[in-house]
Amino acid sequence: MLHTVNKSPFSSDSLSLCLDYASEQDVVVLIEDGVYAAMKGSNSEAMVLESLASKKLFAIGADLKTRGIAEEKIIDGIQVVGYDGFVDLVANNDKVQSWL
Amino acid sequence: MSTTKKMMYINRNAPHGTVYALEGLEVVLAGAAFEQDVSMAFLGDGVFQIMQGQDTSDSDMKNFSPAYRALGDYGVTKLYVEEESLQQRGLTVDDLMPLVWEDEDDDYEEKPSIQVVPRSGLSQIISEQDVLFNF
Repeated sequence: MLHTVNKSPFSSDSLSLCLDYASEQDVVVLIEDGVYAAMKGSNSEAMVLESLASKKLFAIGADLKTRGIAEEKIIDGIQVVGYDGFVDLVANNDKVQSWL
Repeated sequence: MSTTKKMMYINRNAPHGTVYALEGLEVVLAGAAFEQDVSMAFLGDGVFQIMQGQDTSDSDMKNFSPAYRALGDYGVTKLYVEEESLQQRGLTVDDLMPLVWEDEDDDYEEKPSIQVVPRSGLSQIISEQDVLFNF
């Protein structure tokens, strides 16, 4: 299953719930304001790092760039992906759950 | 003759994902013509609005972050940023745009508009306002 999270982890519990529900075979994609969770040094970094131990996390490059989050500020282990890559991820997963 | 009111616009939403940030900024710029004592506060995810380096060239969105630089010219010279909100997000004042205003009473010297304030201090500043807006 592919999960998308579009809210910042500081303003919504979407990411926290999503990570609890996602299994090890699942893929989580941070989109729109969800990409703020990819920043190093924040309160939500620990939660993200813990998830990276067993799950794959992606973040949309255009959304990171739009918000001024530079490559070096992204948590190690999160894969930055473009819109083409996003389409591939969706195509390669049987189901999608959008955590709005 | 008319009374000047202290008006504060409180911004708590991140830019781009929703329209609150852009709307709030546009209201402030439009209202600046009325010569009131206008200030802005950035709390919670609102602090992301004035982060440096926003580049929308890979998305089809309008980059309105440069417009924050006009606030000084419009007489909005007090931009309060909550310290705790920066810390929770792993940010410091150096991650923010260096917004300034020109003090015409001081040879047009450029002074920083951003004031990082702890929540307790900002709470006091908010209580001193006549009118409050939330975006």
